[in-house]
Amino acid sequence: MSRTWLRAIPVALVVLLVAALVWRLANPPDSEVKSEMVGKPVPAFEIAAALPGALPLTSTDLADGKPKLVNFFASWCVPCIGEAPVLLELQRQGVPIVGIAVRDRQADLADFLAKNGNPFERIGADTQSNVQLAFGSAGVPETFVVDGRGTILMQHIGMIEREDIPQIVAAMRGAR
Amino acid sequence: MIAEAGLAALWLAAALALFQIFLAFAPGPLRGETRVIRSVAIAQGALTAFAMLMLLLVFARTDLSVLLVAENSHSAKPWLYKVAGAWGNHEGSMLLWVTILGIAGAALAIFSRRMEERTLAAALGAQATLALGFFAFLLFSSNPFARLFPPAFEGRGLNPLLQDPGLVFHPPTLYFGYVGLSVAFSLAVGALLTGRVDSALAKAMRPWVLGAWIFLTLGITAGSYWAYYELGWGGWWFWDPVENASLMPWLAATALLHSVNVLAARDSLRAWTIMLAMIAFSMSMVGTFLVRSGILTSVHAFAVDPKRGTFLLALLATYVGAAFFLFAFRSGKLAEGPPFELVSRETALVGNNLLLSVILGVVFVGTLYPLFVEAITGTKLSVGAPYFDSVAGPIALLLALLVCVGPLLNWKRDGGERLKRLAIPALVGVTVIVIAVVVVPGTGILSKAGLGVAAMLGVACFLPLIGRRLRRTPLNTWAMVVAHFGVAVAIAGMSASSLLTKEVLTAARPGEQVAVGPWLVEFSSVTPAAGPNWTALEAELRASKGSGVSVLKPQARYYTDPPTETNESAILTTFSGQLYTVIGKPAEDGRWQLRLWWKPLITLIWLGGALIALGGFLALVGRAWRGWRKERER
Repeated sequence: MSRTWLRAIPVALVVLLVAALVWRLANPPDSEVKSEMVGKPVPAFEIAAALPGALPLTSTDLADGKPKLVNFFASWCVPCIGEAPVLLELQRQGVPIVGIAVRDRQADLADFLAKNGNPFERIGADTQSNVQLAFGSAGVPETFVVDGRGTILMQHIGMIEREDIPQIVAAMRGAR
Repeated sequence: MIAEAGLAALWLAAALALFQIFLAFAPGPLRGETRVIRSVAIAQGALTAFAMLMLLLVFARTDLSVLLVAENSHSAKPWLYKVAGAWGNHEGSMLLWVTILGIAGAALAIFSRRMEERTLAAALGAQATLALGFFAFLLFSSNPFARLFPPAFEGRGLNPLLQDPGLVFHPPTLYFGYVGLSVAFSLAVGALLTGRVDSALAKAMRPWVLGAWIFLTLGITAGSYWAYYELGWGGWWFWDPVENASLMPWLAATALLHSVNVLAARDSLRAWTIMLAMIAFSMSMVGTFLVRSGILTSVHAFAVDPKRGTFLLALLATYVGAAFFLFAFRSGKLAEGPPFELVSRETALVGNNLLLSVILGVVFVGTLYPLFVEAITGTKLSVGAPYFDSVAGPIALLLALLVCVGPLLNWKRDGGERLKRLAIPALVGVTVIVIAVVVVPGTGILSKAGLGVAAMLGVACFLPLIGRRLRRTPLNTWAMVVAHFGVAVAIAGMSASSLLTKEVLTAARPGEQVAVGPWLVEFSSVTPAAGPNWTALEAELRASKGSGVSVLKPQARYYTDPPTETNESAILTTFSGQLYTVIGKPAEDGRWQLRLWWKPLITLIWLGGALIALGGFLALVGRAWRGWRKERER
């Protein structure tokens, strides 16, 4: 009798395995890297302007009393091209946007802005990804909502779609 | 036209598989003769091979009107990577999988002349059932021959990291191993259906297990070396889920390889061997599923596609579930084999099987435990190297000790007289442990024990040759000696490198010197270098151990499309070990990050793997030679 039960053990193991795999397929792993910095003040930084003749960018510029959108992008990033019209739309709705160009070249960046439009108040050059890492961001494009006192309120990973606009605008309204 | 011909061949092959299933399993009078089933299996194998050939052809010609080519190839690639591009993607690699499955079925039909007919017919039916599922997968959710209209002007190219000779051979080698085990699975299913589990079945199954096992061994060994030199982390095994997915079928196949010998020689371990044959291929399917669905986080990052994942999982659940149901209901009817005494070759091989199964269980649990925990409690956790090393390691060493003993025992009954010969190897082992403890004080108990066990096995594995005339010793005995010696060599490499490795992580200016182990490394310069699609900063390191200077040139590479940074390590191989160097990022003050490792005896790991595979190859040749002589004597 006991031996009959023994022979059913493999079947039970298979059922268990398949159940676990079905669960995993239905609940795919969360591959996004959430920033630890949400809810904390912007890390201190000071970087040069990404384009010649413009003003440099420091962390104090992000705490001037007005909530802002901080957009990490690059001319070599394809989703950033897709995101550009959405950023222009946000700018038209009165959202101030600060750009941080990650590992970019001046000529490429100027070219990118000429083609895709420039929604940015100011663009800093993050040549070694130091600012990006300090924000807890793992890739481009990534966008943060920063309130008037320079606290990071929200992180958006990846391209901003048109559907995301209301959520971002609401977050900006709620910010002080 | 070429793509359409390939697609048509796939549909035809699928239809033939369906026909083959009908012929094999139809009730009474409708059932086909084994002769006919054989021919259908051969035709089906030929058609799949034709389809694969057509895919290779469109890749070789860079036919950009085929979607798969446009997405994965480029007209300016070297021809080797163009052809290899055929399996460097999901659809192509699944077609390769099915092709090997089809060819294996055809080969089973051609070569298994001495098997009992009804069992062979049932096995061919089972093989066709496997093939049909994967044909359906290809045709309905992963068509490799889909057209692109209008055609692309230029292909998208292959990830530069995949443009490596290792990646040309690594996937097909592993696939031959994975899918070769399908024949053992089908034979097991066929034998359960007819109830004929005997030594004739084992003899028919053995070459397939051996062949698949050789490919798996080579695939895993080569994959390990590839990860070691390409990823620049200095490690040779990461217990990554996809690595484990290839290790689990290997462990099951290794156990099967030994138990199938017991069944062939003594007609014992019937149900157990059948179960192992099923587990081995089931593990291959689990491995394929884990890799192709991308559901476990791993360095092998493949795209997640829920639809394909669901399809594959349904296939896996159906096949594995059905096989083990069959086992649960039918294996009870199998008669017990002839008995054997406690001290005998059979007992040693049962021990081998149990220990290998425990290791398999340890790896299985470690790989899937995080999944179970997250499914039930929602907590995310990861199981790392410390668990695998500390749990599987001691069991593996125990198994290695058993390997010293087993080959010295007779089948059925043994007085244990020859075990006295183990005195000298045991003495050698203990001496090595004592030396290790004295020379390297402190931690690393497992590694020290490993060195001792390796030394003991390194001597003991030759004992079966004592008292034999070496020229007349059968090739199979030599094969066993070589493979077991390979195990000793690999364990020595693993233990020595983990015990004695010296690592230095430093920041240095050009002109400075760094000492690592017995080496003095001078960091002479950093110069720019460029390749076809990358630029790099190349360091020049001059390494010396007293006499003579060797130059190493590690690079920090930047690929442009897509922008990727890689560290190309530079490795100096000597008889006593490897000097492994990586250059990292420059610091602000003109210093550069340098990582240097001195890894004594590490090459033994892969040398051991190669020896194990060579042992398997000798055994295969030995069996074939014996079979051929028997045929001729008739």
